[in-house]
Amino acid sequence: MEKRSRFASLIGPPGLYLFLFFILPMGVMFVYSFRAGISGTAHDTFTLGNYQSFLANSNFHRLLWRSSFISLTISVLSTLLAYPLAYYLVFRAGPNRVTLMTLLIIPTWTSYLLRIFSWKLILGSSGVLNSLLISLGLIEKASPILIYSRGAVIVTLIYVWVPFVALPIFAALERIDKNLLEAAADLGCPAWEAFLRITLPLSLPGILAGFFFALIPTLGEFVTPLLVGGASGSMYGNLIQDQFMRALNWPMGSVMSMAMLLAVLLLVFILTRLGSLTDLVGF
Amino acid sequence: MTEPAVEICNVTKLYSSKRGKRTEEVHAVREMNLSIPCGKFFTLLGPSGCGKTTTLRLIAGFETPTTGEVFIQGKVMSKVPPNHRPVNTVFQNYALFPHMNVARNVAFGLEIKRVPKAERERLVHEALELVKLADMGDRKPSQLSGGQQQRVALARALVNRPSVLLLDEPLGALDLKLRKAMQIELKHIQEQVGITFVYVTHDQEEALTMSDLIAVMKDGVIQQLGDPVTLYKTPANKFVADFIGESNFIKGTVDSESGGLARILVGRECVEVGSGGVSLKAGEAITLTIRPEKINLSRIGAGGPSGTVEDRVYIGTDTRYLVLLLSGETIIVRVQNGCGSEEGEFAKGERVTVRWSPADARLLKD
Amino acid sequence: MLYLPIILLIIFSFNNSTTLVFPLKGFTLQWYGQLFANRELLNAVGNSLIVGVGSSLAATILGTMGAIAMVRFRLPGRSVFLGVAALPLVIPYVILGVSLLVLFNEVGIKLSAFAAGLAHVIISMPYALLIVASRLVGFPDNLEEAAMDLGASYWGALLRVTIPICSPALLAAFLICFTMSFDEYAIASFLVGTDATLPVYLYSQLRFPTRLPMVVSLAAILMTITMAVMLFSEWLRRADHTSARKA
Repeated sequence: MEKRSRFASLIGPPGLYLFLFFILPMGVMFVYSFRAGISGTAHDTFTLGNYQSFLANSNFHRLLWRSSFISLTISVLSTLLAYPLAYYLVFRAGPNRVTLMTLLIIPTWTSYLLRIFSWKLILGSSGVLNSLLISLGLIEKASPILIYSRGAVIVTLIYVWVPFVALPIFAALERIDKNLLEAAADLGCPAWEAFLRITLPLSLPGILAGFFFALIPTLGEFVTPLLVGGASGSMYGNLIQDQFMRALNWPMGSVMSMAMLLAVLLLVFILTRLGSLTDLVGF
Repeated sequence: MTEPAVEICNVTKLYSSKRGKRTEEVHAVREMNLSIPCGKFFTLLGPSGCGKTTTLRLIAGFETPTTGEVFIQGKVMSKVPPNHRPVNTVFQNYALFPHMNVARNVAFGLEIKRVPKAERERLVHEALELVKLADMGDRKPSQLSGGQQQRVALARALVNRPSVLLLDEPLGALDLKLRKAMQIELKHIQEQVGITFVYVTHDQEEALTMSDLIAVMKDGVIQQLGDPVTLYKTPANKFVADFIGESNFIKGTVDSESGGLARILVGRECVEVGSGGVSLKAGEAITLTIRPEKINLSRIGAGGPSGTVEDRVYIGTDTRYLVLLLSGETIIVRVQNGCGSEEGEFAKGERVTVRWSPADARLLKD
Repeated sequence: MLYLPIILLIIFSFNNSTTLVFPLKGFTLQWYGQLFANRELLNAVGNSLIVGVGSSLAATILGTMGAIAMVRFRLPGRSVFLGVAALPLVIPYVILGVSLLVLFNEVGIKLSAFAAGLAHVIISMPYALLIVASRLVGFPDNLEEAAMDLGASYWGALLRVTIPICSPALLAAFLICFTMSFDEYAIASFLVGTDATLPVYLYSQLRFPTRLPMVVSLAAILMTITMAVMLFSEWLRRADHTSARKA
């Protein structure tokens, strides 16, 4: 009995905090999505009008699809890049692998904003890449396509996410019993086939974890598009931010957020179905 | 002190866990009644899962009884949490605090009670001397060997002068020689300090070596309570006979009984066994139990059941014979080497007669 | 490859020019000098420090409580709590920021550094919880029982035994939470109101090309400090881990 009260006392404060500042705001936002009027000031009216306009507005849909596509591209490419990286670290890097992994992670600890900004420097019209290309004589003048484009957003975010995707893949690959590969070789299996039949399937949970781990947050990205995306690189997150900060149409913004939240929760649900949470965190 | 140190009255401990739609219930301890006398070395002995550790934890207060009451020195303990009970525990994995040195570990209980510094240091020194670690006060637990850590755990518990000291298989992690040395040391310390020790182990030899009183447990129930000699010589049932020491179990049928002596049919041969107060009916199926060292082997002749030597193993002090009786059962016989038995040694395949004194065998109903 | 942008930034912070072009034009420390003269900037740094320390303290404490509950108890509600506590790790920051904006507006909490701090606890708590929990898993679970057996109350046992043993992990968690808060822009952009935190200030400066070099030098300093702090924190965790394994 005491055990229960102790457990409750320990879980209470963080639980309460999470409820007040995480769950509750979602609830309030949900309510807001039904309000009429700007900034949700009309407290008494409840309407589905916002949802209707959201569903009717084809611009919003296009942007939603574009964002999803961008997120998906980022996640897929990040995973494709992260896998060989993690594989190399686990299988070829020997005892230095942990140090190297840490080195891989270190950049992620520096300011996100600044790293995006530094890509702006690299890709910008007076930026590093352009001036390099010019001085090498490959192009005549600064190419504007490098920056303020969808491509810029994708490249920049891949740069951000590859280490994060590499982590779970690294962990999954590490956990594979090396004896299995030896057994395969002993049974006559060539290296590439052993990879396909053994390593890849066993590392699948890590791949999926990394993939979703990149996919879900990038859906809501708005900072990177702001800095390097320009008009064509704008994403759904920008739309939401816009509704709240400039258009001041909070109810509409809430509707959009709810739509994204739904998509995110769905993805999280799929992720948990693919492997329990306690497996992932290790306790 | 005539009052028992610990009394367990009608205690049951039930664990229930839900698996899907079913609720699984495990009776760790079933309606136990136990009285542990003061100042003795008392042991709870049994195989894993028999409830001995649960019983210990019930005394310590880490578990609460589902029904029944636990009394320590006559006081009911149901509302008393572990940190207020007059008992201390020596844990199986020692549970020494890694971030404190030995002296501070031992002083922990005294610090909680706000014992003044000078007195604290004196008591800690005394306790460390008792366990022969007087100059190890500055070391950290990670710098000590298993045996030393175990002694620190003992000192840490004893320094608080508990009414009862609980020990949960403390010697399990030590190697054989060290374990045997510690058994003797623990016994001496208990005699020296005079505190009631309640000791839990699955090792029957250890229990027989150290204890004044032993409770043999199985599936949450005490099978027999007694001193080592009684338990060894007169086990109450098959489980106790099998668990303590080595026993042979021979099946037979009651032929007749008179004057404390029963005649049992084993196969087609008859043996005599002291009936030991067990009521018998002719024709009843019964089990005979006898210790391997109490059986006498001789060349084939009369006087007991006959059999063939199936195997013999030389173990230094004894020779173990595996004898297949005519009745089909195999028994173990231990013959001490070089004790001048006129019959000498027996070879594999040799036919022998098995004999014993009726008083050395016991009858057990199934 | 990953370090390229960072290295470039650091190189440029010494560049004697207001545009960021190759080739470099001379070496200068003037941009660093300008940094310290800027009042707005210093205010922003101050705000970030307060928000960082405050939210990290709260996140570490709450995360530790959650970690103890998760590792030492096997009661119903455990997986639900863990799920909810871990959720902020994957929810896009824009949703977190916007939902709190809406809540604060309804409830009447003013948009300020404090408001951003409240939000930062939510994003940092999962990290604190995971770091402390992984340390807790590494040591025997009956140390608290042993302490209670010797007379300590449960909470006394936590304070005298569990917390001291975990202290390196607690410090590491605090440092990581601080770094996350210090660098956080997305949520802060919604919630800080007029007390800009450093990232918010930085962002506002990005529009002014003349200010650019100064920004770049600031970036260089920040990055170096952050990396140093994180390296230290990781070293702490490692050293603690190996000593835990010896015990």
